[in-house]
Amino acid sequence: MDRIDHLRREISLRESELADLKSQLALAESEHRLARQAKPWAWPLSGEEYQRYSRQMIVPNFGIEAQLQLKAAKILIIGAGGLGCPAATYLAAAGPSHIGLVDGDVVEKSNLHRQFAHATSRVGQTKVSSAITFLKDLNPNVVYKAYETHMSTSNAEEIVREWDIVLDCTDHPTSRYLISDICILLGKRLVSASAFQKSGQMMVLNDPPGQGPCYRCIFPKPPPPESVVGCGEGGILGPVVGTMGVLQALETLKVITREAPPEKNMMLLFSGMAEMPFRSIRMRGKRKDCFACGEKPSLTLEGLQTSMDYVQFCGVRRPVSLLQPEERVSVKDYAESIMDKGHVLLDVREKELFGLCHLAGAVNIPIGRFMNYRGDEVPDWVTDTIPGGEPIYVVCRVGNDSQVAAQKLMDMGLGKNGRFIGDIEGGLVAWKQVVDPDMPFT
Amino acid sequence: MGEAMTSAAIPVVVEFSGGLEMLFADKQRLTLNVPATDKDNKPATIAYLVDYLCEEEMGDARKDLFVLDGHLRPGILVLINDADWELEGEEAYELQSGDNVLFVSTLHGG
Repeated sequence: MDRIDHLRREISLRESELADLKSQLALAESEHRLARQAKPWAWPLSGEEYQRYSRQMIVPNFGIEAQLQLKAAKILIIGAGGLGCPAATYLAAAGPSHIGLVDGDVVEKSNLHRQFAHATSRVGQTKVSSAITFLKDLNPNVVYKAYETHMSTSNAEEIVREWDIVLDCTDHPTSRYLISDICILLGKRLVSASAFQKSGQMMVLNDPPGQGPCYRCIFPKPPPPESVVGCGEGGILGPVVGTMGVLQALETLKVITREAPPEKNMMLLFSGMAEMPFRSIRMRGKRKDCFACGEKPSLTLEGLQTSMDYVQFCGVRRPVSLLQPEERVSVKDYAESIMDKGHVLLDVREKELFGLCHLAGAVNIPIGRFMNYRGDEVPDWVTDTIPGGEPIYVVCRVGNDSQVAAQKLMDMGLGKNGRFIGDIEGGLVAWKQVVDPDMPFT
Repeated sequence: MGEAMTSAAIPVVVEFSGGLEMLFADKQRLTLNVPATDKDNKPATIAYLVDYLCEEEMGDARKDLFVLDGHLRPGILVLINDADWELEGEEAYELQSGDNVLFVSTLHGG
């Protein structure tokens, strides 16, 4: 395995070097061609740039003026994932002077269905170096700056200060508040987008700087942590997040090249599977009492660096603790002493997750069914799925929903007559770790 | 038509986006006739509509994903006829016949 990993690393390293050499060669060749010409070059762009950008420059009202504005622009993209890949691709291709990429993650195989600037051969590389390999091959004229780290209160100022415009392509409220705050403090316009499952949202904040609303004006309080579900848990369709990233790129071009700032603030809502998928709504303006950008703001650069805690501000999801210790079994105990005996194994993950992979003999009632049920009686969908009087073991992904469902079953009265109801601690994630590493999905 | 006076109702369209439809049996759009006045005989407002949705329309037990501490939970935007409710007066806005009220939950993924 070490040898295979070593070879993979060596190959991906060579490929990155090769892409870099190729882009240097392309630049050197075009410079060489220019140098050979006897008379001085009389045009604002190089011959290569005229070829490369001609199709966008002939678009009505774009022209060479917009191209030159773009050529002077320095664009920072925070997050090199599902939004960052399409946004960075279209923006790099369009010809800005600099693009900065910020991300602390490495490429995983589960990213590739939507994060197309990465590649199967670059799994395990940092997302930033992987994306820059791809972008350099697409357009070697741009200067790329890599920040192989997550944004934090201590590095935010240093990273953001030198850029003209910022794209929020991250995936959590903590980073969204931090990025908005630093953009307010440093006077940067912010193009913000998000996506989940089949939907997306996009808006431009702090535009023009000091006048447009910030993320806190729109969302003064963070959502309760229980309501924050990531793409890793809830899923995401590639073209949905791709659409939002492409729209962010377009909005960025608009902001850089437009003549006058907008009179209205807009938020775009996208419902990928709806009959009418696009909707634009008119957003509120600045909030007078906004913590970050109001008339008497409390936010300062020093405060952000020394006393702000965005994780605490947004809260952390508390683990569920509903069942008694004797009502919970470990995955090891379940495998060794319960699995072969008469019992019911109830898997309460969503039906799509259950359909992908589940333990032998398990039956499925998604947790949502329990949440939707307000009656006191035992409903048919329970008795139909869990007949008889055998002990019931509930399982989910990590061991939270399983406790909620087990408690609901007890509340329905299924546990009277001494029938055991409990759950498997740690869920299928623990099962894969401890008992069966070959389980393909949890 | 005396009955119509005592049971006056305002027709409104309520829509959900960003995952809130999950709390309303996966319906993205409800066509409702909301009572024109609340129990104190005051005109029906957005605050009243939020209560009404919780009491009459929400099947899901997870009310705290919609209402927290007596108000709409943080992270939900309200758009009245496609404009932010702040532009209209927020919770105190009085419902008008034919209004479209859109509840949008913010998304975070990327």
